[in-house]
Amino acid sequence: MRLDQKLIAGMIAPRTRVLDVGSGDGALIDYLFRTRGCDARGIEIDMREVTRSVAHGLPVMHGDADHDLAHYPDNAFDYVVLQRTLQAVERPREVLRQMLRIGRHAVISFPNFGHWRLRLQLLTSGRMPMTAVWHTQWYETPNIHPCTIRDFLALCQEEGYVVDRWLAIDEVGDRAPWRRSIRLANLFGEQALFLLRRRDA
Amino acid sequence: MQHVTLTRFPYEEASNRPGILRLEQGLLLECGQHLAPLDIAYRTYGTLSAARDNAILVCHALTGDQYLGDTHPLTGKPGWWSRMVGPGLPIDTDRFHVICINVLGGCMGSTGPRSIGPRGEPWGTEFPPITIRDMVRAQALLLDHFGIERLFAAIGGSMGGMQVLEWVATYPERVFAAMPIATAPFHSAQNIAFNEVSRQAIFADPEWHAGRYWAHDAVPARGLAVARMMAHITYLSEEALTRKFGRRVRRDPKASAGSTPGGTIGTASLFGEMFEVESYLRHQGSSFVRRFDANSYLTITRAMDYFDLSAEHEGDLSAPFRGVATRFCVVSFSSDWLFPTSQSRLMARALNRAGVNVSFVEIESDRGHDAFLLDEPDLDRTVRGFINGAAEHAGLKAAH
Repeated sequence: MRLDQKLIAGMIAPRTRVLDVGSGDGALIDYLFRTRGCDARGIEIDMREVTRSVAHGLPVMHGDADHDLAHYPDNAFDYVVLQRTLQAVERPREVLRQMLRIGRHAVISFPNFGHWRLRLQLLTSGRMPMTAVWHTQWYETPNIHPCTIRDFLALCQEEGYVVDRWLAIDEVGDRAPWRRSIRLANLFGEQALFLLRRRDA
Repeated sequence: MQHVTLTRFPYEEASNRPGILRLEQGLLLECGQHLAPLDIAYRTYGTLSAARDNAILVCHALTGDQYLGDTHPLTGKPGWWSRMVGPGLPIDTDRFHVICINVLGGCMGSTGPRSIGPRGEPWGTEFPPITIRDMVRAQALLLDHFGIERLFAAIGGSMGGMQVLEWVATYPERVFAAMPIATAPFHSAQNIAFNEVSRQAIFADPEWHAGRYWAHDAVPARGLAVARMMAHITYLSEEALTRKFGRRVRRDPKASAGSTPGGTIGTASLFGEMFEVESYLRHQGSSFVRRFDANSYLTITRAMDYFDLSAEHEGDLSAPFRGVATRFCVVSFSSDWLFPTSQSRLMARALNRAGVNVSFVEIESDRGHDAFLLDEPDLDRTVRGFINGAAEHAGLKAAH
């Protein structure tokens, strides 16, 4: 399991209901079931990954964040997880709303477009930046809605979401030390991880 | 269609075999008629555990029967899912007790239009209309007889998948895991239209005799074969037909001798040759006639037409599954145009709305609806994985 997935798992209470949106090979839901006793399920867009997960006995459904969350009832889960995907969905704000409609909490990780290396590349070369995290050319990138940690915090405020916890993560997915200062995290954090809930939840 | 061999009621002998439970109390059907006595023909594989918690019911499709894993008594061919069910196979009979039941209305030993009715002759077209739920309730009576309170799993493709859905809707407490494959929560207008063409082919046969063909020592073999040929096309895909047959032609030996497959209409130049796909369909048609009864075909296709899970719930497909603890795995095939993926997705989303634990897989295959009966490694992996995962959740012991 990736390091950032371990951090996500650390935000999830044992024996809860979890939906992992973009569950990939199912590593997180498998871990949550086996070590935390969670009722964990997945949604995954790549059919080969779905087949592989189901073949490993994991409950995974073929679908995507933009179209399939609407089909779950309110408060069906304690946590809805979206890993490294928010920047690639069609309507990120609507996806967040759905996540916090069907789940009491949302756990979201995304690559931070405010990282200093990206800022510097754009400033000096005048071209779309390319780094280990943002590694595709602008014309073939699946990332259609990049955002910074500050952007995301502003959206949470606008939507009335409570940020229970947040951290900045370095390139390999490990916890980054500047996590307590938003300004520094936005400059030095390569990825961000948020635990949200609705104000009324 | 001289390729069709007229064989008189071969399925009669099959009903005298062991593996039939007779229930004198019968069954009250959805149409209101009481059907008694009731015969239920079945086959089992593997051993039922002492706790009776390892039973898997496999539901057969329209033209299938209870001969799931062993040689078919009429055709001599291997069971229709013998590549899936057996020791060490995805549905592992070393671990699970597998039951397959000839559906109510069938012609392989379960009560159906070939059974003797109240007038002392076969029911024929007088056989009461039955529904998928009637089939499921008949199966439940057999399980009651075996003392199996809860199925570990119900699995089935096509019409078998409809039974799986109906099982959970009717007896939610009695199914731990459900796997409907290549199926739909209701029979679409297109599905009903195809069935109607099949039925009209049977009605148009000169040997149909208003459904009382036995009294005339006849079988509506041509009509039934045409029905099967038409239906068989819907089970395949354009790619599968092209790959298997293309436009290859072979010389018809009968044509060169002066007669033509088209009878008096054709000429040697028009029907002198036969496309391989034609020959294949004729073979499918004629071998079907040897093992299936025309009135059974009408009864069962009608049961499929009536099927609509949401009919009693104002079109709400989720309603029958609210609060259901059954774990689901819905499977479709990418080239299935008879039960397309869109219908499986509709079902999976309805289960989501009901809060049910559901997996949904579309398996990439160019073999059409029939793919669930064929060698599709992704299907095998999916079946094995889902069953093993569900067994872990059910606390069943691992395979020895």
